[in-house]
Amino acid sequence: MSVYGKYIVKKFFWYFLTLVIAVTLNFLLPRMIEGNPVSMIVSEMTQGMTDSDTIKRVYETFLVEFGIDKPLGEQFLIYLKNLVTGNLGTSFGLYPKPVTEILASAVPWTIGLQLPAILVGWLIGNVLGAVAAYRKGVFDKVIFPVALFVNSIPFFTLAIIMLYVFALSLNWFPLHGGYDYQMVPTLSFEFFASVLRHHTLPFLSIVLVTIGGQAIGMREMSIYELNSDYVLYSKLLGIRDSKIAKYVFRNAMLPQITGLALSIGTMVGGSLICEIVFSYPGIGTWMFTAIRQLDYPLISGCTLLIALAVLLANFTIDLIYGWIDPRIKAAQMEDQ
Amino acid sequence: MNSSFRILIKSPKFMFGACMLLAMIGLILIYPLFNRNDPLEMIALAYQPPDSKLLLGSDNFGRDLFLELIYGIRTSLQVGLIAGVFATVIGLVIGLASGYIGGMIDNLLTAITNIFIVIPSFVILILISVSIDSRSSFVTAVIIGITSWPWTARAVRAQTSSLRNRDHVNIAKISGYSTPRIILSEILPYIASYVVMAFVLQTASGILSEASISMLGLGPYNTISLGIIMNWALVFEAPVAGAWWAFIPAAISIAIITFSLYMMNTGMDEIFNPKIRS
Repeated sequence: MSVYGKYIVKKFFWYFLTLVIAVTLNFLLPRMIEGNPVSMIVSEMTQGMTDSDTIKRVYETFLVEFGIDKPLGEQFLIYLKNLVTGNLGTSFGLYPKPVTEILASAVPWTIGLQLPAILVGWLIGNVLGAVAAYRKGVFDKVIFPVALFVNSIPFFTLAIIMLYVFALSLNWFPLHGGYDYQMVPTLSFEFFASVLRHHTLPFLSIVLVTIGGQAIGMREMSIYELNSDYVLYSKLLGIRDSKIAKYVFRNAMLPQITGLALSIGTMVGGSLICEIVFSYPGIGTWMFTAIRQLDYPLISGCTLLIALAVLLANFTIDLIYGWIDPRIKAAQMEDQ
Repeated sequence: MNSSFRILIKSPKFMFGACMLLAMIGLILIYPLFNRNDPLEMIALAYQPPDSKLLLGSDNFGRDLFLELIYGIRTSLQVGLIAGVFATVIGLVIGLASGYIGGMIDNLLTAITNIFIVIPSFVILILISVSIDSRSSFVTAVIIGITSWPWTARAVRAQTSSLRNRDHVNIAKISGYSTPRIILSEILPYIASYVVMAFVLQTASGILSEASISMLGLGPYNTISLGIIMNWALVFEAPVAGAWWAFIPAAISIAIITFSLYMMNTGMDEIFNPKIRS
């Protein structure tokens, strides 16, 4: 097997183990609610319902789904079997809609918002950070404190401020939602324009905060590299500055890619809360609704999906990293 | 220790952050002495704009938002500090054990650390918070602390395992020092500056985590925190009502606190880690 192939297999094993633990936590933690969760949940959600037949039907649905009359091990097996067949249970809040259906409708919105926002923010942030480290002087004195301040603003804080300034006061952008609510989703130009207009503010608030954090990291890495011996040596050799900058950028970039892998979980979490501020129809907003309605199946569906997505993103970044970092290949060669 | 403190005072970044934080702490300690009202008492109509009597107006229940903000900052700082202590201590213990002992224990602890770095901590935070019925601000802080230690553990492990084979540690071993004594006197002093910095960062991220989880509606009960103020503002549609004073001051307070902590951290970083000075 090739060196890179071995690296993939090893990584895959670790991510699989992590996935198993994530799934186990997702199963175990909500079942630690004291007492009989089903009767507790059903009594909470049926408050105000008078039709005793419906209440009974609801109760029985969840009794079967949770299977709490069985031992914990058997419950876990049922849970796994349902997972594999794509069955995440029935939502309490939107009874009798299955959780998978709700999540499937939300996923495109969340991915469409977060993936471009995080990538764009990451790229711009790295370029700005490198420039700040390289140019120094006024440029660094301005970019660095601004980046530091933007980075310490939580995602949702910036989202709230932008919502107030650009949507409420200036009326430039719509207040909430993913598209105009009178519209029916079609493949028309108007619908697309409406989606884009709703997309702008949440997108920008994620991008700005991401730029801040990434610029700080890249600035630090670049300064570290600029102080290293090979830069001095290259300068003494008379190599052009632009070429040295390229060396420095490439070397400083590698830890930034690992940094992206490590911080992607936090970023996704922050962006999910961003969605809530704009009532964007993604996973974050559904989770907000689910928590308010104590909709446990939907909550655990959301957390499972988020964990899965973050693991997948990490795995992808690791694969790319193994491909571009010569040190990893070298380490694998030595092992052989 | 004394001399490093003297250097710290000379760092403008550190002093700027520290002064901002101290001013904030001074405000939340002194203001309640003058205004002895209960922050949860309803004293005005809903969403009254700021005026000379109500510095930041009132919220949807007609409560004094400035007073709420003061108490909110207090809770958020407390939660952040407690979470920071828990996260740093757990990370330190795991990192030291895995870095110093090495072998199988190192492999096991490193694997656990790596797994919990990848699983997003706020997912675990949500799952635990949903499952716990009565959450005080202390419980919330502890939950945040026990979900955010892996970063510290990883860094402490890396430094410890490189220190372990240094000469002075070997000499201590040959001299028959006990393991706890070696760790205390030969390893800890070398990573102390890092641990302090990690604690500052963990506190900042603890405050952010509390705000995020409270925004979701999973915050502590029977208290006011900055995240809870923003949750109320969102749930009761303050933005639509145009009541900026219900959420912007809380949002900016969080940014100021975390900014001052980050500034302190950057200042320390430049002093203890001369390589990154530009």
